[in-house]
Amino acid sequence: MSDSIDIINAFALLTNFVILPALSYGSQLALGALAVTLVYSILRFSNFAQGDSMAFGTMLVILISGFMISKGWTISGVPTALLAIPMALIGMAIYLLLIDRLIYKHYRRINAKQNIVGITASIGVMFVTGGIVRFILGASAQRFGDGERFIFSVREFKAFTGLEQGIALKTSQFLTVTIAILLVAFLFYFLQKTKTGKAMRAYSDNKELALLSGIDPDKVVQITWLLVALFTTIAGTLYGLDKGFAPQQYHLLLLPIFASVIVGGIGSPIGAIAGAFLVAFSEILLTYAYKKFLIYLLPLSMHPSSLVQLIGTEYKYAISFVILVIVLLIKPTGLFKGKEIV
Amino acid sequence: MNNLNTILQANKAIAYFAIMAFILLFVGLNQSWALALGIINMSLISAIMALGVNIQWGYAGLFNVGIMGFAALGGVSVVLIAQQPVTEAIDVGGMKMLIALIFGAVTIAAGILLNRRGVNQWLTTLIVVIGYLITRHYFSEASDLIEKVDPAITGYLGGFGLPVAFSWVVGGFAAAIAAWLIGKITLGLRTDYLAIATLGISEIILYVIKNEDWFVRGLKNVYGLPRPVPYEVDMQKSEWLQNIVAWIHKSELQLLSQSEQIVRLGDYVRESAVVFVKLCYSGLFISILVAFIVLSNLALNSPWGRKVRAIRDNEVAASAMGKDIKRQHLQIFVLGSAIVGVAGALLVTYDGIFIPTAYQPLRFTFLIWVMVILGGSGNNMGSVLGAFIIWFIWIQSGPMGLWFVDILSNTMQEGSASLEFIEDRVHYLRLVFMGAILLLIMRFSPGGLLPEKNKEL
Repeated sequence: MSDSIDIINAFALLTNFVILPALSYGSQLALGALAVTLVYSILRFSNFAQGDSMAFGTMLVILISGFMISKGWTISGVPTALLAIPMALIGMAIYLLLIDRLIYKHYRRINAKQNIVGITASIGVMFVTGGIVRFILGASAQRFGDGERFIFSVREFKAFTGLEQGIALKTSQFLTVTIAILLVAFLFYFLQKTKTGKAMRAYSDNKELALLSGIDPDKVVQITWLLVALFTTIAGTLYGLDKGFAPQQYHLLLLPIFASVIVGGIGSPIGAIAGAFLVAFSEILLTYAYKKFLIYLLPLSMHPSSLVQLIGTEYKYAISFVILVIVLLIKPTGLFKGKEIV
Repeated sequence: MNNLNTILQANKAIAYFAIMAFILLFVGLNQSWALALGIINMSLISAIMALGVNIQWGYAGLFNVGIMGFAALGGVSVVLIAQQPVTEAIDVGGMKMLIALIFGAVTIAAGILLNRRGVNQWLTTLIVVIGYLITRHYFSEASDLIEKVDPAITGYLGGFGLPVAFSWVVGGFAAAIAAWLIGKITLGLRTDYLAIATLGISEIILYVIKNEDWFVRGLKNVYGLPRPVPYEVDMQKSEWLQNIVAWIHKSELQLLSQSEQIVRLGDYVRESAVVFVKLCYSGLFISILVAFIVLSNLALNSPWGRKVRAIRDNEVAASAMGKDIKRQHLQIFVLGSAIVGVAGALLVTYDGIFIPTAYQPLRFTFLIWVMVILGGSGNNMGSVLGAFIIWFIWIQSGPMGLWFVDILSNTMQEGSASLEFIEDRVHYLRLVFMGAILLLIMRFSPGGLLPEKNKEL
């Protein structure tokens, strides 16, 4: 029989390998999903360029932080990437506003079928952005995190608690969750309480009525892109600090991000966050190998011989897709009622 | 001048195709005929693919972002149909794999049936999970066994050893089935759901192909696929080709000595064998392309085609007239994807090898999109023209990029760091370039080069 210490060990194991990674991955997805939701609510199209935009923002952070490191402008213990974010944000905002000015604005003016044209245009933007990122940084994976890697490491945790299994809290995980909470709080405050935020919601709910009541559509769109720049850059940077930077990886993030948005209900910010955590937890819970976990919990005779992994890690993107399909089959409006589904 | 303009306007299509033919003729005369024919063949395959996408996008406004996946399904079917079976692997793991696949199918069927009958959801889930675990058990055992059989050469089940032409049909069917599943789930919902779902399915198809070695050898590629046309080596030995070549170059050869004549003739024969084989392929691809164009033009001008366009132009009105929009969209989506699947099979047949890593979203999905939109969405001839132009630019942009680097290198110091950097990554600029083309066409000439003629019904 397993005693209580084994149960604690088992859950320490689970916390270290499932809960913490899923929390930080979920937060990263949530920020990306919020950016997609914002574009969708205001500009009325699904932004296929989101993944590559995140790569672009991260690229700016990498370049700026590299410059800062070379000048010695660092603070010990803090990833320089974090200090580079404000500068990168300016670059990202300029890039997004420029793209909007050059491409999307035209289609708003001629009142094109926003969704279809928007998707096509954003796919064009996706390739241009991806090409620029690959041209500047190359297509291979790289790490750009510096500073302390852990808030506390497995060894410290074990020494502190005396458990057989340790929990490590990576700096990137801690930063991800903290920053995500702050950003989400800011977004909700902004949308609920400020005048501009209210204007944005009005514009999203009923464009004609909003225009009648004197809301400046150009301003709403610009503010939206600024918010998107904020969320995109930070989501990309946090993801990169956590898992390293690889353009292709960012490109493929599109799938879990869209899954999150649709699971939560397109156009609903709360839904996007809930969807992101649902996707992140499913992905990690299903690809985790439970062998060690079960060895702690089960009596010796029932110890598993295989890895007890439900789905191979190489199929993690398939999980987002399956979730997407299930939601479309059962509840196409998403968990939190989003926009119209037709 | 004005007169010329009117003529150009009236015969825009002919003019564009003439210009394209002239450029290819130029390549053939100046560089080599093999190169020109290579470009033509790839353009023809791309044109078939673009035709499939045009049917979806131009006829019905359906957004397929998973062209790559459907093309890959076509490629897979070439391997599965035309390769010889690996009897040893089938003896070792074939039975178990069959059991696993049957179990998988039964589980899915049971899940769907129980769900429809309204049986308790938890019970259904439990049954599906148990079915999944059994399937996975047999599956991993079988795939391990199969992959261990001579992994350097086979390590997979092989195919059915049937004629390769058969695989084109199968490729179309495979793509059609995948499209049907996706369409069944997402059509009738928002347009972007289809786009996202196709994007997802194409990535997953690629993941399966790359990871399941027992299936089509995964990343180890499949070499030496059978051909529908003769091999170059055999052609070199064929007497009639030698005679023709000797006749063509008669005047030149007469001036040479006996020994020189033989050497020169050998060179010419080798060259013309390559050209001949490529010509065979061209003939094949042209006849398939023409068949598809004729069929789809006939369909478009039939009552069915008018219905399709009516739905595209005004869904609400068409729906009020009692047209079943979802059914119609599903039909078109499946049809278009099937054509993409056929083209994917043709591509792998032409290459003679199956390389999963060659399936890049840029090369397939995106390039085909640019072809359709440049050519003029809704117009089949436009898609063909777009395929020729974009493929030509795509092929030539490699050398052009290097040429550009060359010019830079003259102004910069030899071996400077930034130069190497540019040389290394210049091909990523293709992405930017193609994206820019797409955006520019959409912005300034949304109809494309050859806009759809009968826009109004």
